[in-house]
Amino acid sequence: MPETSPPAIELRSIDKSFGAVRANRDVSLQVARGSITGIIGENGAGKSTLMSILYGLYEADSGEIYVDGRRVRIRSPRDAIASGIGMVHQHFMLIDTFTVLENVVLGAEAGPVLRPSLAAARRELDRLGRDYGLRVDPDAIVGTLPVSEQQRVEILKVLYRGARILILDEPSAVLTPQETEQLFRILQALRARGATVILITHKLREIMAVTDMVHVMRHGQVVAERRTAETSSAELAELMVGRKVRLALDKTAPQAGTPVLRARSIGLRDSRGVRLLDGIDLDLRAGEIVGIAGVSGNGQSELLEVLAGIRAPSDGSLAIGERVIDAAHPADPAEMRALGLAHVPEDRHRYAMVAPFAANETAILGYHNEAPFSGTCLLHHRAMVGHCAELMDGYDVRPRQPALRSSSFSGGNQQKLILAREIATRPRILLVGQPTRGVDIGAIEFIHRQLVAARDAGCAILVVSVELDEVMALADRILVMFGGRIVGEVAGDAADERTLGLMMANVWKPGET
Amino acid sequence: MSRQPLPPWVDIGLIPIVNVLLAFVVVGLIVLAVGVNPFTAVRIMVTGAVGYPEAIGYTLYYTTNFIFTGLAVALAFHAGLFNIGGEGQAYIGGLGVGLVLLAFDSSLPALPLMALAVLAAAVFGAAWAAVPAWLQAWRGSHIVITTIMFNFIAAAVMVYLMVNVLIAPGSMSPESREIAASGHLPFVHELLAMAGITMGQSPLNLSIVWAALCCVFVWVFLWHTPWGFELRTMGHNPSAAIYAGVDIRRMTVLAMCLSGALAGFVGVNEIMGVHHRLILNFTAGYGFAGIAVALMGRNHPVGIVLASLLFGMLQQGGAELSFEIPAITREMVVVIQGLIILFCGALANLTKPAFERLFAVLRTRSTRAQASAAEA
Repeated sequence: MPETSPPAIELRSIDKSFGAVRANRDVSLQVARGSITGIIGENGAGKSTLMSILYGLYEADSGEIYVDGRRVRIRSPRDAIASGIGMVHQHFMLIDTFTVLENVVLGAEAGPVLRPSLAAARRELDRLGRDYGLRVDPDAIVGTLPVSEQQRVEILKVLYRGARILILDEPSAVLTPQETEQLFRILQALRARGATVILITHKLREIMAVTDMVHVMRHGQVVAERRTAETSSAELAELMVGRKVRLALDKTAPQAGTPVLRARSIGLRDSRGVRLLDGIDLDLRAGEIVGIAGVSGNGQSELLEVLAGIRAPSDGSLAIGERVIDAAHPADPAEMRALGLAHVPEDRHRYAMVAPFAANETAILGYHNEAPFSGTCLLHHRAMVGHCAELMDGYDVRPRQPALRSSSFSGGNQQKLILAREIATRPRILLVGQPTRGVDIGAIEFIHRQLVAARDAGCAILVVSVELDEVMALADRILVMFGGRIVGEVAGDAADERTLGLMMANVWKPGET
Repeated sequence: MSRQPLPPWVDIGLIPIVNVLLAFVVVGLIVLAVGVNPFTAVRIMVTGAVGYPEAIGYTLYYTTNFIFTGLAVALAFHAGLFNIGGEGQAYIGGLGVGLVLLAFDSSLPALPLMALAVLAAAVFGAAWAAVPAWLQAWRGSHIVITTIMFNFIAAAVMVYLMVNVLIAPGSMSPESREIAASGHLPFVHELLAMAGITMGQSPLNLSIVWAALCCVFVWVFLWHTPWGFELRTMGHNPSAAIYAGVDIRRMTVLAMCLSGALAGFVGVNEIMGVHHRLILNFTAGYGFAGIAVALMGRNHPVGIVLASLLFGMLQQGGAELSFEIPAITREMVVVIQGLIILFCGALANLTKPAFERLFAVLRTRSTRAQASAAEA
């Protein structure tokens, strides 16, 4: 009776407002049992809010939720789990120093004595591993596992709690293309066993590759519902943004000039002596974008930190003009700025902004000692607000309110403000980490064009991104990092995804095919 | 669970008032338990705190100390530093005041002498805070632990100095000689008398003006100078501060020095304003109360002034209460003060979730009403 069975999830007229913002408006959608359903939309389209309502992190202002045809009230994740709904978060909720088994059992122990729970969990993990192809060593320490296996542990955790409906929030953000393929095979195995998967993503390619149905959200509403087999990336992109989108970036050939930053055999060791960077040679030339590809955690972040002056290199040296920076002569970020280096950090929440600060305060972070924002001893609020308003105009930051808290802006708007702040100083060198992380398609296009414009104005740009598409679209030269080293270099126009993917996993050696 | 922020008037107006009322309900039950009519007790407390000019003078004198230590805790807190050492910094600040006055009261005229004493309070308080700050910034010792330890060291140092070094010759109690009149900060009742207004004697002195100036200074410094910008950046997000080029170590020391200097001004009020000699234990717990004051005042100068007024009233009203009603001992008054601090400070968020739910419901109703009005 598959025809008559009720949908695994049905949402009816979900409404949710945050103050004046209506994050979800009259959202109704059905997710068929045993399907993989994609939900796509730009940042701020309301897909995360919707899933948070389904998982009990928020409560809807109005509307109804049905699970397997029965109306349920979900007020907390506990209720969601009881209804068979599980969520695999984008940021893993794992304890690094515990084993896989301990992490899975955590919070779902059967009693005050741990041993029987662990034994039962071990049997259950074994069964799940066989059924779904989710094999992970139960006694491995989670912190030592690669990211893709940690994600499997997250999925196992959810399955162990009896979830039949899995929500995955941007699951491929931390994976190589090959690992993403593996994840998709796991999702397909789950579907084959009757589980229902909801995949939240902004990557059209993944929607096309793995889903059965796709719901497109825009401005808090579901604007379209398509069978994946009957749609195309171009149509979905247009639906998401509400207008035609250019997925490819027009850019002319680079006019690369002289090197403005030279790094020679840069090495970095942490306090325990573990090598994070090893023998990095790098030249950044004026008018050229260099892209760094790699699975996150292979030294890209550390390289950016060293180049930006946040950490001093342990070995090697860095030359900008006459200034040579090495372990004995470190430069702090303030001095780097004075040398004409601007930095858009990978993790904007950690480095680039102060969440409770007003936007106009975040807009001068790092430049707060400079005229016209700062006089002899007082900050000039009018100049700060005026400057912020200018940046917001130039980069279409919404809402255009310099007094609003930085954390009240959506991720894309925060990123645009930070990019605006850094590019506005007309730097000679611009370091950009994850230029479009958590940014919607419309803004991605805009940010890419700004970076190319800065390049054409003679800026030397280094882009670090885990999005291969992005590196390939932007970079004139691509360097691949693995294990803290640069393992390969490819010209931007000669790059293809498969080769880069293999280089990122360090299984490809130059000269082989 | 992220919820909508409450409107400011609820957050900083209504909720504290509800908390104070809740505290008084619990206090009332306890007072009832020792056999006293709680309404009588409240009446005596309020009259004792603000009922007549001398009472007001005493209340404001206590308020002055709470402002200094509250500002000290708040400023450090904005830098992400929990300064528990206000007590010791106030003590050593007072030592600085006393040393300057004892050394120069016969040689310097009043104005430069007092200015020098105020400076000494700041320098001594700052120096006492600088050591834990330095230890945290360069050696990683946690500032909470070290500042607590420094309170004990300060107390021991003061006992040693008062008993062995600074004690007035021939005196039996550990007090210094009295400071000459040029080193006495004028009392407010004296100044009012000059203006032709009579007010009963109280320890309230010009320090309160200095406290008000300090409030303005802290406000300007934190929100209108690049250093304050850096300090707040460090407090909210140390990584962002590093990114912005702030020297975290130097900023830690600067923030703690300013905090210690503010705490040190308690010594100005006590030594130069009231006692006119160095004595033991003049800090009387103001440094610790400063933590509650800052917490209650939301680390903002305006809030700190309001919280300090409440604490001053409790101090003075409580003293009056134990004097008037023998059944309520001095210790009972401390219990009452503790309860009020508990409700207003430590449990400040006790009633917040209830208000958030209430306002979420109200808001939904009004949006729905607007929506239906728009449809109609």
